[in-house]
Amino acid sequence: MEYSEKVMEHFRNPRNVGELENPDGVGKVGNPVCGDIMELYIKVDGGIITDAKFKTFGCGAAIATSSMVTELVKNKTIEDALKISNRAVAEALGGLPPIKMHCSVLAEEALKKALDDYRTRSAQSASGKAA
Amino acid sequence: MKKIYLDNAATTPTDRRVLEAMVPFFIEVYGNPSSLHAFGQEANHAIEDARYTLASCIGAKPEEIIFTSGGTESNNCAIKGVAYARHEKGNHIITSKIEHHAILEPCHFLEKQGFEVSYIPVDKYGLVDPADVEKAITERTILISIMHANNEIGTIQPIGEIGKIARGRGIYFHTDAVQTLGHIPIDVNELNVDILSASGHKLNGPKGVGILYVKKGIRMLPFMHGGDQEQQRRASTHNVPGIVGFGKAVELAKEEMGKEIEKLTSLRDTLFEGILSTIEFTHLNGHRTKRLPNNVNISIAYVEGESMILNLDMEGIACSTGSACTSSSLEPSHVLMAIGLPHELAHGSLRFSLGRQTSEDDIDYVLTVLPGTVTKLRSMSPLYKKEVK
Ligand SMILES: Cc1ncc(COP(=O)(O)O)c(C=O)c1O
Ligand code: FES
Repeated sequence: MEYSEKVMEHFRNPRNVGELENPDGVGKVGNPVCGDIMELYIKVDGGIITDAKFKTFGCGAAIATSSMVTELVKNKTIEDALKISNRAVAEALGGLPPIKMHCSVLAEEALKKALDDYRTRSAQSASGKAA
Repeated sequence: MKKIYLDNAATTPTDRRVLEAMVPFFIEVYGNPSSLHAFGQEANHAIEDARYTLASCIGAKPEEIIFTSGGTESNNCAIKGVAYARHEKGNHIITSKIEHHAILEPCHFLEKQGFEVSYIPVDKYGLVDPADVEKAITERTILISIMHANNEIGTIQPIGEIGKIARGRGIYFHTDAVQTLGHIPIDVNELNVDILSASGHKLNGPKGVGILYVKKGIRMLPFMHGGDQEQQRRASTHNVPGIVGFGKAVELAKEEMGKEIEKLTSLRDTLFEGILSTIEFTHLNGHRTKRLPNNVNISIAYVEGESMILNLDMEGIACSTGSACTSSSLEPSHVLMAIGLPHELAHGSLRFSLGRQTSEDDIDYVLTVLPGTVTKLRSMSPLYKKEVK
């Protein structure tokens, strides 16, 4: 098993590590396959994701896919962000070894959860305002 | 960049003196040891010399040593060879939960063939309790196989005591000594073993050669059928250079064992005490003293092993982990699970296995680099923040 140069580059210098203060959406997921954990935080302004950060407890591929997904979502609309699949993340990294594809699924799920969380929160605050 | 190899439990570099002893047997003394001409006979003498060296190193007779292709073959031979030879006496085998896969898989295979296998649990240090082995014995037990020392956590088992129990009950006793031959003293008589496996590449010898010690009178079916080599117990043309190299490696290891044990034990203790005292939330896996002189296995909480290995590799340090993320099954190490580690701590395990070439500088270097690596990964870890802040 060998990682692509791009994976190693993101692993060596992961982008957007950390948490966001007052995030608009948070996605926390655990990986049933090998037991890893990822948290993704997003900031949304006018339907556009303006910032994203992550924390990950996992392998090289998990860290690299986390890093890549935060890069991919930035400046995307919620609708476009929802279309980002684990395959797209893996492709953006120049591919993953087959045994590591499940790590990119973790990144996709964290993103979906963060987006869901954002929509729940905005629906709540909208109904809150209406009341 | 510095390059530091601390994965000697996986394999060791071949000692230059071993290589030099082997070279003539590729290009000058290349005869088949079974041939009657001078080319063959000279090769035959060389393998008999190696057999003698190996036998005397473990307190055995030369005719009790069978050359094989390595530890895996020796273990397979021992387990299946005894099972098939003695199946009329019984179908029950006792082993431990922390054996190498080269024991566990042959056992799983035999279970599918109708044999029954008891896997004895270990305590938190990885020790097998001889009383548990005794309790597991039934009328139908034909073989007990317990490893001499574990390859992941270095725990050395009370083999002599278990052997005594087996002998008292007339049950064959095998030990996998792949991690111990040439590293700590072995005497098959003191250990009460009937069958023992070892491998050349773990003691600065070549890869692809091993031995099986089989005590005189022990019945086993051969694993390889073919020519008459090894008294018809293991067919195939001898790996002459490999066998010669193995002999040389054992000779060197025996000469240097005393001071090697002293040096490695001191480096080992410096390394794990250094890690435990400079990095918080770390834990030593295995036993503090009933431990191979070259083995350090640490769990570092809140970080994952593969990402540590990759980071350390970038700093020139080679070691290994029992993390689920690095295994093809995506399961954490069965040894770390058997000693009761929680999944997260198995995830964050690192094994540093020292060798003949390891220096004090190497250990200092690891102790300088490791804390930074751990800090970097913990700063990314969602678990660290929660537990600690
Ligand atoms: C305890 C133990 N048994 C068996 C083996 C297998 O030996 P070999 O690589 O020579 O087949 C190893 C080495 O990986 C080992 O550590
Ligand atoms: S996170 Fe465990 S294999 Fe990638």
